[in-house]
Amino acid sequence: MTRVDFMQGNIASAEGALAAGCRFFAGYPITPSSEVAEHMARRLPKVGGRFIQMEDEIASMAAVIGGAWTGVRSMTATSGPGFSLMMENIGYAAFTETPCVVVNIQRGGPSTGQPTLAAQGDMLQCRFGSHGDYSTIALAPSSVQEMFDLTVKSFNLADRFRAPAFLMADEIIGHLRERVEFPDTVECTPPRPIREGMLPFEPEEDLVPGFTPFGHGHRVHVTGLTHNEKGYPASTDPDLHERLVMRLIEKVERARHEIADYDIENPDAEVVFISYGVPTRSVRQALLDAPEGLYGHLNLRIVWPFPENLLKKFPNARVFLVPELNMGQMAREIVRHCDQPVISLPRLGGELHTPQYLLDRAEEYR
Amino acid sequence: MRHEVKFTGFGGQGIILSAVIVGRAATMYDGKHAVQSQSYGPEARGGASSSTVIISDEPIQYPKVLEPTIYVIMSEAGFLKFGAGASPEAVMLIDSGLVQSRPECRCIEIPATMKAKDILGKPIFANIIMLGALVAATGIVSEEAMQKAVLDSVPKGTEDLNMKALRLGIEIASNGGE
Repeated sequence: MTRVDFMQGNIASAEGALAAGCRFFAGYPITPSSEVAEHMARRLPKVGGRFIQMEDEIASMAAVIGGAWTGVRSMTATSGPGFSLMMENIGYAAFTETPCVVVNIQRGGPSTGQPTLAAQGDMLQCRFGSHGDYSTIALAPSSVQEMFDLTVKSFNLADRFRAPAFLMADEIIGHLRERVEFPDTVECTPPRPIREGMLPFEPEEDLVPGFTPFGHGHRVHVTGLTHNEKGYPASTDPDLHERLVMRLIEKVERARHEIADYDIENPDAEVVFISYGVPTRSVRQALLDAPEGLYGHLNLRIVWPFPENLLKKFPNARVFLVPELNMGQMAREIVRHCDQPVISLPRLGGELHTPQYLLDRAEEYR
Repeated sequence: MRHEVKFTGFGGQGIILSAVIVGRAATMYDGKHAVQSQSYGPEARGGASSSTVIISDEPIQYPKVLEPTIYVIMSEAGFLKFGAGASPEAVMLIDSGLVQSRPECRCIEIPATMKAKDILGKPIFANIIMLGALVAATGIVSEEAMQKAVLDSVPKGTEDLNMKALRLGIEIASNGGE
């Protein structure tokens, strides 16, 4: 029987991780994400898992990567300053094709900024924050239910693509309490095991290698250096490096339309909002308050890889309005993919766009 | 109908828990929709604390309070910060022993902390008395749902005293307050 509760977003994310079979959490508490770690610390030992509080976020991310290589679903949770510290090892996870989940309950930055207030300022950092080229998977929940559902999904995507996946939430959704339904079981798709005769970093047709964690019968070498398909360093071969990095990008990017997760309202509208995460709630209320069908809305639950074809689902769109709790980070991406004007509606300081503010802006473009 | 309820007081009074209990009563036991959030900062015991819950028959999109329709105020500082600007249509329940000011809007005076001390032996039950008064004065959740949500939320061994507190609040507010 489905269990129902009235629960905080951060706790729902932790419950989603547990339902998805996550049995290792390494982290360092930071506002406004700490409830995720607290809940995992309470619950993991009771389900045969391990919780470890590390000395900082650099070590936390390293431990998560280690956990994943034992074949256990592994995660951490953090916020801005901690996310910055994790960047080096996030690159290591991307390059070593380590499936893991990072929950980022975004707060106002830069630096220690506004610990207790919401932002979406890390949307480009999660895409480009570590050095070198790679691609990334990022999800954006806009309800407590989605904190649960998208945490589960993050694990499945991380395993499918052998890549770190990011749940890019924010303080408002992380601390909001609302109704959430927990299904008896959730869909869990483990990583594809390595096939007989294949090498640990030899890609299958979808460009993702089978995963063979330590202690699972194969000799595996894992390094952050450019490596060959055996996993051994080969850092001076220009062609090998180029092929490897392009594959890491391509394995994620080529699936962007297939894995796209979104809602579309009023596709015939001429003025269209695009949102992800908590501003989606403001846009939905604005659409309810406006004359029916007047404005369109694209809500993205998967933000990276960016599914640019969705912009074409609004054939009459004259303008896209993009409310974000940042200075227009995803608006920059949208500009790259369409001919219409893209109007960034930034909001900084921790408060959400009110529905009336969005209606006033939309009115200017009618 | 969308009701926006604002609770204010100082840390330690159970201001945040009060909003959580109302949200739980509405969603879990009355079949309504609710979202609860709180001002979130270094609000240790004694500092200013506030929280909100929105209750509606329809799914709630915008999760923040725009203009509270109901206030539950348990400190003078909370009144000055939030209650003083209440719209004339709002309903305000105040802990009359702790709040000296009075609003322009409809105000129900509940001597919650005093009654908690005198009748139940501990001031800690004051917020539950306020919740009883809230149910009786506004009906935003049913009495039965509120009872269940309180029982879900309080420590074992304190159920009887908390139910007493709830009934006390209902009684006081049913008689129009103090």
